[in-house]
Amino acid sequence: MEHWSPTSITDTGTQPHSVAARLARDPKVVCAGGFILFLILLAIGAPLIAPKDPLAQNLLMTTVPPVGFADAEPGFLLGTDGLGRDVLSRVIFGSRVSLTVAFVAAGLACLIGSLLGLMAGFLGNVVDALISRLVDVWMAFPPVLLSILLVALLGTGLHSVIAAIVVIDWTRFCRVVRTETMGQAQMDYVVAARTIGFSRPSILFREIFPNVVPVLIALLTLEMGIAVVVEAILSFVGLSVSSDTPTWGGMIAEGRQIVHEAWWVLAAPLAALFATVVAFNQIGDGLARSLDPVLRR
Amino acid sequence: MADDLLVARGLVVSYGRHAGPAVLHGVDIHVGKGETVGIVGESGSGKTTLGRALLGLVKPATGSVVFDGNDITTLDERARRPLRRRMQMIFQDPMSSLNPRHTIGRILTEPVLLHGVARDRQTALALVYGVLDRVGLSRETVDRYSYELSGGQRQRVGIARAVVLRPDFVLADEIVSGLDVSTQAQVLRLLKELTGEMHLALAFISHDLSVVRSICQRVVVMREGRVVEEGPCERVFAAPQAAYTRMLIDAIPLPTVDPGWLTRGASVEATTTA
Amino acid sequence: MTAPRLSIEELSAISLRDGDRPILRRVALSVGTGEVHGLVGESGAGKSTIAKAILGIIPSQVKVTGGRIGFEGRDLLSLSAAELRAVLGRDIALVPQDPSTALNPSRRIDAQMTDGLRLKRGLAMKEARLRARALLEEVQIRDPDRVLVSYPHQLSGGMRQRVLIAAAFGLEPKLVIADEPTTALDVTVQKQILRLIRSLQERHGTSVLFVSHDLGVVAKICDRVTVLYMGKVVEQGATVEVLAAPRHAYTKALLAANPRYDRPDTGLEPTPPELIAALRAEIAAFDANAGTGPRDG
Repeated sequence: MEHWSPTSITDTGTQPHSVAARLARDPKVVCAGGFILFLILLAIGAPLIAPKDPLAQNLLMTTVPPVGFADAEPGFLLGTDGLGRDVLSRVIFGSRVSLTVAFVAAGLACLIGSLLGLMAGFLGNVVDALISRLVDVWMAFPPVLLSILLVALLGTGLHSVIAAIVVIDWTRFCRVVRTETMGQAQMDYVVAARTIGFSRPSILFREIFPNVVPVLIALLTLEMGIAVVVEAILSFVGLSVSSDTPTWGGMIAEGRQIVHEAWWVLAAPLAALFATVVAFNQIGDGLARSLDPVLRR
Repeated sequence: MADDLLVARGLVVSYGRHAGPAVLHGVDIHVGKGETVGIVGESGSGKTTLGRALLGLVKPATGSVVFDGNDITTLDERARRPLRRRMQMIFQDPMSSLNPRHTIGRILTEPVLLHGVARDRQTALALVYGVLDRVGLSRETVDRYSYELSGGQRQRVGIARAVVLRPDFVLADEIVSGLDVSTQAQVLRLLKELTGEMHLALAFISHDLSVVRSICQRVVVMREGRVVEEGPCERVFAAPQAAYTRMLIDAIPLPTVDPGWLTRGASVEATTTA
Repeated sequence: MTAPRLSIEELSAISLRDGDRPILRRVALSVGTGEVHGLVGESGAGKSTIAKAILGIIPSQVKVTGGRIGFEGRDLLSLSAAELRAVLGRDIALVPQDPSTALNPSRRIDAQMTDGLRLKRGLAMKEARLRARALLEEVQIRDPDRVLVSYPHQLSGGMRQRVLIAAAFGLEPKLVIADEPTTALDVTVQKQILRLIRSLQERHGTSVLFVSHDLGVVAKICDRVTVLYMGKVVEQGATVEVLAAPRHAYTKALLAANPRYDRPDTGLEPTPPELIAALRAEIAAFDANAGTGPRDG
């Protein structure tokens, strides 16, 4: 590596390590990633992939069990619900709502929270005091009531679900990013950048932000899992999108009522929900684990 | 003095906003052009804070830091920018002073481009290659990240970064603490050669008096935010005037067997330390 | 000649993580009763591995592949966990390197010091506390009562190290392993601590294995010294002889690389590449002969 022969007895380099490489080696993360990718494809291609129209009711074919059980019908892989609608197609279409909320809500919460967190962490003093106080006060509001209030004000629909999540969860990003930023600002390479003469905004974006991004991404993926669950809860209580659009939470609500006659109507969306949240968590977890050694090395 | 590059007078620095505890209690120090001055002290001596004050990284409550005729304590960040090129720093921990997300090449070319020493990436890279050669690192290092290098290599990148802008003054803050003795010797030798070649003024902060003796011409001994003694290394080490300096020198264990060493000076220490 | 207290014979170990790279190469050393034995080497030489082997705390990625650690007529490597626990603390104690991490920040000094006394000597709390106080006086802490009720963060580094030394010597062990005990301390405090260790050791007739990378420190406190390079003993003998007339090239290089305030031109002699090559060759030859080299395939 050096162009003289090594002159120090114990000086040796270490092997290159990239986050992506390390992640790729973890089977759980790879599976989780694959599943989310699959889900995204499913959501995008829902109209083409879903075997039936999720809204088409067929009152002659209600509560048909999934394929493999007695009385199943070949066209309905996961059976039908109380109104004869194909469960599989509804689950597939339901992924659209869940993923939209996951990406948009988590993304927005991340954006707003991070910007404020960066400002608070880097500028310190008055700005930090103001933002921190804001976060403290904000977090004192009970989240559930806040969401209900928002939905009441904005009316039911995807926009209010997203708004509810953003309004509550931005504080999480703000706090974490603020702490990370403050930690980074202590690093000697920030001091080095100052001695070289870089301007403050320049230091924030070249030196500090890139080191905050990894933690942010980990938090973002975890937040996506949370967003999916929150949407499911809201649609469970009927505060999400209109009852026409299939949502996993809505399906769970319906399925719960006929769980004894048609358990699959509850099981299918529940399984999908579970798998999705676990997948997001695995990715977030894997990211958090693999980023630490790089930063601490 | 005519040949002084950096003169600090009456530096008082405290932590915290207003009446926080003072870390420096009125420190005077001067560094001549091309001169290597050691700043020694134990923990709590304020030597690191002094270094930062000299570079204008902390604002003193009172006192002045005059660099080549400019009092940097009165300048704002923008006015200081052109002077920044001429005053650089090498850090103790190259791990935390090299951004793990940047390649070494980027770390070294950016300052050059920022100050217009080179106009484009090609020229900047050529300059960087030259510096890398000089510090004994291969050209492939530009594509590496800090965590891929050994401690000695990282420290050499730190030195490269400090000298790539051809400054007039460099502050080295405990740059060899934590290095193996053989790596330390390489780094010290490199530094000594560079300061000679580039006629660099160097302020070398260290807790290790023996290291200071090997490369410094003058030494400033600090204790609890004050300068206790100051003078040419030869004189200070041969005939220290302050009791603290004597105690400090005496406490250094030389690699020769000396049965009386352990018990010598016990009574003096008992009254002066915790 | 009386039998040595500690007798390490042919100790070999490999790193399982690095393709079975050898960490220790047939290390042999002995520490007599009342002797302070220095173990010198740069980082990576294997000195802390030896200390850990004696204490039975070798990390899982390191494997001992041969040798014997004789202590009081028994081979420490062959003892069961329970037997080893009985020996440690009572007969073998450790003075660790970093006083700030070796003490529990949320427990008071008296609690931490009496742990060992109550566990190993079966003392009741009251007696243990009295003994702890006496120990603190023995390490020349002027205000033992105050220190006893303090938390670690309220004490200076030197003070903390004294507490740890008191705890180590407090059980009157036969062997104390001092793992770079003064590296984290200021030089004036270091001298006091070295003086303290020496006086305690002389008073109790304790044997000390003093691990250090600093030849100066070793010169002042160790009767005999072992020089380690890449896990292999390259020189061994009375400190006075090894330092005044080193025989191995590595020892000479180490001495030359050490700056000395009484010799202004020292400390700038990096080890020449030819010497490194020669040392590497010596190690390779040793491996080939002794079968301690990394295995192929």
